[in-house]
Amino acid sequence: MGYSFLRLAREALRDHTGWRPAWRDAEPKPRYDVVVIGGGGHGLATAYYLARNHGARNVAVVEKGWIGGGNTGRNTTVIRSNYYFPSSAELYDLSLRLYENLGVDLNYNVMVSQRGFLFLAHAPLQLEMYNRIVNALLVNGIDAELLSSDEVFRRAPLLNRAMRWPVVGGFTQPRAGIARHDAVAWGYARAADRLGVDIVQHCEVTGLRQAGGRITAVETTRGTIEAGAVAIVVAGHSSVLAAMAGLRLPVTSYALQAMVSEPVKPILDTVVNSPATGVYVSQSDKGELVFGGGLDLYPSYAQRGNLPVVEHVIAGLIEMFPAFAQLRLMRKWAGIVDVVHDSSPILGPTPVDGLYINCGWGTGGFKAIPAGGWLTAHCIATGGHHALSAPFDLGRFATGALVDEAAAAGIAH
Amino acid sequence: MLLIACPFCGPRDETEFRCGGESHIARPGPAETVSDERWGDYLFNRANPKGVHLERWLHGHGCGQWFNVARDTVSHRVLAVYRMGDPPPKDLTP
Ligand SMILES: Cc1cc2nc3c(=O)[nH]c(=O)nc-3n(C[C@H](O)[C@H](O)[C@H](O)COP(=O)(O)OP(=O)(O)OC[C@H]3O[C@@H](n4cnc5c(N)ncnc54)[C@H](O)[C@@H]3O)c2cc1C
Ligand SMILES: [Zn+2]
Repeated sequence: MGYSFLRLAREALRDHTGWRPAWRDAEPKPRYDVVVIGGGGHGLATAYYLARNHGARNVAVVEKGWIGGGNTGRNTTVIRSNYYFPSSAELYDLSLRLYENLGVDLNYNVMVSQRGFLFLAHAPLQLEMYNRIVNALLVNGIDAELLSSDEVFRRAPLLNRAMRWPVVGGFTQPRAGIARHDAVAWGYARAADRLGVDIVQHCEVTGLRQAGGRITAVETTRGTIEAGAVAIVVAGHSSVLAAMAGLRLPVTSYALQAMVSEPVKPILDTVVNSPATGVYVSQSDKGELVFGGGLDLYPSYAQRGNLPVVEHVIAGLIEMFPAFAQLRLMRKWAGIVDVVHDSSPILGPTPVDGLYINCGWGTGGFKAIPAGGWLTAHCIATGGHHALSAPFDLGRFATGALVDEAAAAGIAH
Repeated sequence: MLLIACPFCGPRDETEFRCGGESHIARPGPAETVSDERWGDYLFNRANPKGVHLERWLHGHGCGQWFNVARDTVSHRVLAVYRMGDPPPKDLTP
């Protein structure tokens, strides 16, 4: 049954006894047309769009833990599309546009809050680079505004005016913001389930079977499942899964940390990022300050980070917002992110027939969940590429046609 | 926090070092015999194992020397430290 105001009112009157689980915890069947490996946002969205856009009716998502327990449930939920190259801008803006209507589409409140994303400049030269980026964004059809330092302080009044390298200006993408991470996973899961997708949790893929260069089945801790097509959508574990198919990937797995403070009254109503201090921060709807910085820079599958990075991030945060020094830290954690040399995703078919991949989002793939799922579903359903996914084919590492967002947009992932 | 035993300076905090990624990658050649796929593999593809990783480290805020480390990417335990040019310890070779 759909969620609505009337339903809420009715349940309120009968002590909330009528709510049912939002999706079935399915048993794996012996065969599916499509098996999606990985129950993060991208895997769940892939399954949903396979069913919704392409009419697929025999699809499973297999997840080794619980859905959303990977990076999707660990991320700091910033969504934005201010990328430099046209191919990236199209990809990430498709995602942002899908996010803008996702609550209605899924009949699930994903709490999208378009509160803007503010980049700080601490030097005139940095502001000139922002000028260049803002122009590129506008040419790509992405909203962006260059800001004077007065405008920056008006938007973030608690920002330190006496920083060692004072803020001289910045830029913002007004349509950027945050969304609720768990709700994105759960909303896609519920909507996919209603279209017949089996969501199989606690089912780890341990092997991939091929015959004559074609994928035939996945071996799991709950038995072998035959599959017409298989998608690897496992973020930090992409190299491990690809190796099961005899493939090597241009991916390195790193721990990325984030942390939250105790909740406080509303004090920050936009997302603030300083590439110079290496810190970004927003305030969640619960009132916690959610913040993070760069990677722990050595390969890791540990899902926990080390203290030097925490110290660096907190030092940067307090330099930006001295008032936050009063707050207690509640939690810190890490996710294992899949970093690619050009900081762009890998989407589409692989050299093995029937095997598809969606990975390489690194530190920034939450914002891309709707588009990543949409395009991966398209590739699986058609056996080829969508115009928007083609630039992100795995083959670019042999042709050299990289989409080098790291260098172009000055984004550290 | 990692404690890394630099072969030249002894045990130091991880903040003095920088990881330079996978070790023992041989450049294919001669160039005219190398396909685009093989060259792309050399430049970009990495083993990225969940388990023992053979990697290069630089003691940047110390002696400035490069050396090799065998480290478990799940536990982060440093299993061996050996010099550039030395082969990896036999029992840790995949
Ligand atoms: C601390 C942190 C902050 C971040 N902040 C942002 C942000 O602000 N904005 C943004 O856009 N992005 C952010 N990201 C990145 C974002 O979280 C990821 O890019 C995105 O969630 C990836 O989604 P996914 O579905 O591909 O991966 P995941 O959500 O990690 O899902 C992959 C799933 O695959 C499963 N799996 C792995 N191996 C197997 C197997 N063998 N069998 C079955 N299942 C398996 C895992 O258990 C996992 O649930 C952040 C990441 C981290 C860690
Ligand atoms: Zn040294």
